[in-house]
Amino acid sequence: MNIEVIKIIMISLTITVGSIVPGLAIGKIGIQAMESIGRNPEAEAGIRTTMILVVAFAEALAIYALVVALILKFT
Amino acid sequence: MERKPHISLKAEKIFEIFGIPITNSILSSLIVLILFLILGLNYFRESKKDPLKRNSLYFIVNFLLKSLYNFFYGVLGEETIKYFPLLTSFFLFILLQNWFGLIPGVGSILIKINAHNTHHFIPLLRGGTADLNTTLGLAIFSVIFTNIASIKALGVKNYIARFYRIKEPISFFIGSLEIISEFSKVISFAFRLFGNIFAGEVLLTVIAFLLPMLASFPFLILEIFVGFIQALVFTMLTCVFISLGISKHH
Repeated sequence: MNIEVIKIIMISLTITVGSIVPGLAIGKIGIQAMESIGRNPEAEAGIRTTMILVVAFAEALAIYALVVALILKFT
Repeated sequence: MERKPHISLKAEKIFEIFGIPITNSILSSLIVLILFLILGLNYFRESKKDPLKRNSLYFIVNFLLKSLYNFFYGVLGEETIKYFPLLTSFFLFILLQNWFGLIPGVGSILIKINAHNTHHFIPLLRGGTADLNTTLGLAIFSVIFTNIASIKALGVKNYIARFYRIKEPISFFIGSLEIISEFSKVISFAFRLFGNIFAGEVLLTVIAFLLPMLASFPFLILEIFVGFIQALVFTMLTCVFISLGISKHH
């Protein structure tokens, strides 16, 4: 197996494995947000704002994996 | 596939002025800046006129500013007016730069430059935030501003008390971790914005390369949405960190 093949395999593994955990995390955040809006519909604006904030943090981890994959591919 | 689409991680240099290289993303940022100046001056001139004679651009911008103010008021409370200019500037600047990368012509108009004695074709314009330099600059500015606002609101002694307290010996470790987490905020801000916008550009280029007719349209809508969300997230995170920095806790 020469280095080119290993490089291509690792690029695809980086982005694939790196998106599993952020995907699960965003799902869990969504579930909790919906439950708490259902329990307390008055606080919807505050919950929605906080949810978007936390989803941005979780999504950033997947973006780090994407940036590493892009760096590997284009240099 | 004998030709690959031209994708490069760093912005390429177009020309030099007095030894400073001007890249294609600096050129786009300058165009967005001039657009912003025209918008601002127009709004200012309209605000001086009689309320019945103002044009509709004034009312649209007014509505935008009021919505943003109400949005920040929920987080910052009474101190919103002090930080509102900075936060709105961040939001509008990042939003316009993100959307500028989607205009037809940006990234597809190529010019020929002569480097290392060969000719290559490089794109003339490229979205400003698709360059890591821009996002790193914005991130460093945001974090340094948060700390300076915290010093100004709390005083130097209370600011240091946020990290290191003499009465609690364990705060030496926790304080150092907090300082490291300030640096990680810089990296996180920079890479979140850069990764989202650059990945969007690469996606559009590759889809257009594979299927040139109409296939890029849903991805273009996605990119408009992502550009708006990323500007909002950057501004909201700065807002939340400022509010954490100026709050008197303990």
